[in-house]
Amino acid sequence: MIVRLLLRDLSQLLPGGRRGGSMLPLLFFLAVAMLYPFAVGPDAPLLARTGGGVIWVAALLASILPLDRLVAPDLEQGVFDQLALRGVAEEVVIAVRVLAHWLSFAPLLLLASVLAAALLNLSGETLKLVLAGLLAGTPGLAAIGVTIAALTAGLRTGAALSGLLLIPLAVPVLIFGAGALERADYGAIALCGAISLVLVAIAPFAGGAAIRAAREG
Amino acid sequence: MHGFANPKRFLSIANWLTPLLFVSGIVLSAVALWWGLFNVPPDRLMGDTVRILFIHVPAAWLGMGGWTAIAISSLVFLVWRHPLASLAARAAAVPGAVFTAVCLATGSIWGRPTWGTWWVWDGRLTSMLVLLFLYFGYIALAQSVAREGGSSRIPAIFGLVGAVNIPIINRSVVWWNSLHQPPSITMGKSAIDPAFLVPLAIAVLGFSLLFGGIVLARMRALLADIQADARLRRKAMGDEALA
Repeated sequence: MIVRLLLRDLSQLLPGGRRGGSMLPLLFFLAVAMLYPFAVGPDAPLLARTGGGVIWVAALLASILPLDRLVAPDLEQGVFDQLALRGVAEEVVIAVRVLAHWLSFAPLLLLASVLAAALLNLSGETLKLVLAGLLAGTPGLAAIGVTIAALTAGLRTGAALSGLLLIPLAVPVLIFGAGALERADYGAIALCGAISLVLVAIAPFAGGAAIRAAREG
Repeated sequence: MHGFANPKRFLSIANWLTPLLFVSGIVLSAVALWWGLFNVPPDRLMGDTVRILFIHVPAAWLGMGGWTAIAISSLVFLVWRHPLASLAARAAAVPGAVFTAVCLATGSIWGRPTWGTWWVWDGRLTSMLVLLFLYFGYIALAQSVAREGGSSRIPAIFGLVGAVNIPIINRSVVWWNSLHQPPSITMGKSAIDPAFLVPLAIAVLGFSLLFGGIVLARMRALLADIQADARLRRKAMGDEALA
């Protein structure tokens, strides 16, 4: 059941899936990475020094874009009600959704960061730290994203709200993920992964409670 | 909404408690500020600027206390479905955000003469700033839920998620700061002198009483709103039934 649920979620969320548009956050991510050199000038050492942080900010902003498609359509179409009738707990549905969301954007995001690293003149060592950090941090971002998406799913103003709700919660992930760049410190990446795990552990319960709350009105 | 958990009893207490809290809070705050502004010796290092302490510290305390109130009320609401708890959480959010903003503003004004800058990315400052944004998010979420008639458990869940995250944010910000730079700013106080401590304690108490009064007043306003809504709806239904 869980595997079928995961495959179904993936078929919706992956690029070219029925809910399509999963390429949009990636293109947006690259566009932000492109904008930054225009704003500060194409000075190669400056870009190399600050580019890792720019990739992190761009990844965070890009993770806001898909939030309104993560949960809201299924809530409207009654998919969660159907699953509840079959006896699948909301917590399980949300946990699977976090995994599907992560699978649908994290690997592509890592690929796109390699491109962005070239644009921003990052060294190979920095790129490795950025990739390791993103690998550790994106599960946490996916967990916050699904939680926020579940909380705002029933609201018309949800899309505008979700960015404001996500950013403060994502601060620790950003601090440790990007903090690793400063000193080439893999300990910070381990901490980033630890925070990710905490967020992943919270998401099913908070998101599941939100789905039930939205259903009961 | 399925009838309030006896709003009558709540109102019968809140109606006399609100003005009591307001009056005692204002009197105590005035005493503490008068004491702090005129009767406390200037600090050895910071001179007269230290007097902003008597607004800054109570505001910081209530900025953090406000989210504690949101978290506890949200938990009570989610576990026991006590409707007044949801109102209490919503009522505490705006004053909590205001006190957090006051704390940031006074800290910034204080920082200008003592540190020579309006803002530093110091751990405590930064975590208060993130807390302010959490308040903004909570208030916006609670407002759109109330406007669109969504479940009031939604902001309560966000309140709890925020409460779990606040210690993580706080620790990470402190850690981040130590990563970037050695603590170039250390407060010029090892321990607070009793001459400062007594008026400070009175200020904290007075501000807290004021906070309680504001929360109760806002809860009464929210209750009145809901009751007016219910009455209008009953009237509309009654008219339809007649027609």
